[in-house]
Amino acid sequence: MILVYSESKNLTIELLHKATDLAKELKTKTIAIIIGKDDDSLAQEYIAYGADKVLQVESNLEQYKAEEYADILDHIIKDTKTQVVLIGSDKNGKELASRLAGRLDIGCIIDATNVYIKDGKVTAERVVYSGNAISVEQFNSAPSVITVPSKVFDPSPKDDKRKGDIEKVKASFEKSASIVANVAELQSGGVNVEDAEIIVSCGRGMKNKEDLKLVNDLAEVLKGKTIGCSRPIAADLKWLPEEHWIGLSGHKVKPKLYIAAGISGQIQHIAGMRDSGVVVAINKDADALIFKSADYGIVGDLYKVLPKLTEAIKAKMG
Amino acid sequence: MNIIVCAKQVVDISEMKIDNSTNKPILSGLNKKVNEIDKNAVEEAIKIKDANGGKITVLTVGEADAKERMKELLAMGADEGILINPPENMDYAMLTNILAGAIRKIDGFDLIICGEASTDMFSGQVGPRIAGILDLPQITYAQKITVEKDKINAERNLGDMVVTMESPYPVLVSVTKEINEPRLPSLMQILSSASKPIQDWTIESLDVIVESKVKTIDLQGVSTDRKNIIYKDDSEDNIQKLVDNLAKDGVLR
Repeated sequence: MILVYSESKNLTIELLHKATDLAKELKTKTIAIIIGKDDDSLAQEYIAYGADKVLQVESNLEQYKAEEYADILDHIIKDTKTQVVLIGSDKNGKELASRLAGRLDIGCIIDATNVYIKDGKVTAERVVYSGNAISVEQFNSAPSVITVPSKVFDPSPKDDKRKGDIEKVKASFEKSASIVANVAELQSGGVNVEDAEIIVSCGRGMKNKEDLKLVNDLAEVLKGKTIGCSRPIAADLKWLPEEHWIGLSGHKVKPKLYIAAGISGQIQHIAGMRDSGVVVAINKDADALIFKSADYGIVGDLYKVLPKLTEAIKAKMG
Repeated sequence: MNIIVCAKQVVDISEMKIDNSTNKPILSGLNKKVNEIDKNAVEEAIKIKDANGGKITVLTVGEADAKERMKELLAMGADEGILINPPENMDYAMLTNILAGAIRKIDGFDLIICGEASTDMFSGQVGPRIAGILDLPQITYAQKITVEKDKINAERNLGDMVVTMESPYPVLVSVTKEINEPRLPSLMQILSSASKPIQDWTIESLDVIVESKVKTIDLQGVSTDRKNIIYKDDSEDNIQKLVDNLAKDGVLR
């Protein structure tokens, strides 16, 4: 069996496409897993997107806990003779997959950017060395656990006529000694840098939070309206919420135009934006690393360059 | 409070080059350093020890030269190091079985702290795998830790929400870079760390089965072909050239 699990519906649907391809090649079936409350319409949707079977694991768990979810998946893997487990690569998905692999003593590949069968073996690619290399890794054991980030695979076309089984089971797991003490939603402006076509981004070169206006003005003129930032602005100074943070442990983006103002170009930031189309760098330090990763660069003070650039682009675009 | 910190020696990726003839990254000759986030793990361990007493053991699976990196962590304030020579072609299953085996052998611990991931591979498997092997509760991606007598409280930042977990000991926690600012050891601390013990342990001395589950079959360099047209100043002329180029590239809609 090929198991698919993610807390995110969209990610589950994307993974189902890959799962269907793998199932064809390995001559087996796909199972999508829902943990928590019964949701028949969601189960039907998973079937329409390629699940041969949906396993609804009923539980009174209100909160996700890696220990308990890993226990649940452990039982399912053993009961269904699973060969491959695809898990959505958000933070919970990654820690869940790793724990599961640890307790079952099996292989696990995190953040795969491709999954396929090569020489009869499950193979996956992942980006390593901060985006400087792609590692091709092959399982020489089963089952294989792989986590895949969102937007790596497209969903299959939806087929509402597709038939599949829905099975309801009671969750069986050992209770964890840990408890969820509090959940606080972070304020979100609904910004999604990962989908943005144009991003104007800023870093430590910004002196005051108010000066973000310069970045905003340029983004506005470019009709991109999306601003990004490097780690210091989001994580240390907290001038922008983390949804704007671009980098290795922030978001990975691929806009057609990426403008980096006052960003030094640490490798961790480059890892988040290296797939961008055209990259423009603005930095007063001619030796800044960011220029090596840029198509165009201007050596200069962003406080002077940004307003000039904003005006010039406004004039050009009419 | 006895704390084990798992730390790793990594190559300095910022120096990394791609061999154009083979399209492979050149890994030999690169400077080595402590994985940055592991310094955050050690810093957090020191804060906990300062408030509660106890001992900090740094555990590393690495080549002999990793001893130099361990000394940096001992200089920061860790008490002792254990270094285990890695087997060839080590994957995460092998690595974490070795680490878990060593942790079982260490006499009594309350808390294991790991960095969220290493800067070279950025997988984040090590912490939760160990917790899975040892059947311990895990709190990953912690950005804040509060230690109490019989429980730990940690905030996990999941991007759209912050989840606060509570767990009794023993427990494994992985931390992010935001949790603290690692201290720079003083000259005195660096000098006195020379007398702190680093033990060499062998895999054979641990009761573990070390078997590969995943094999790396290829490593391909990713080259970024950028135009690198850099204007030396922000004259009107240069700004105009830049804007014209952007229009030509079709990125101004």
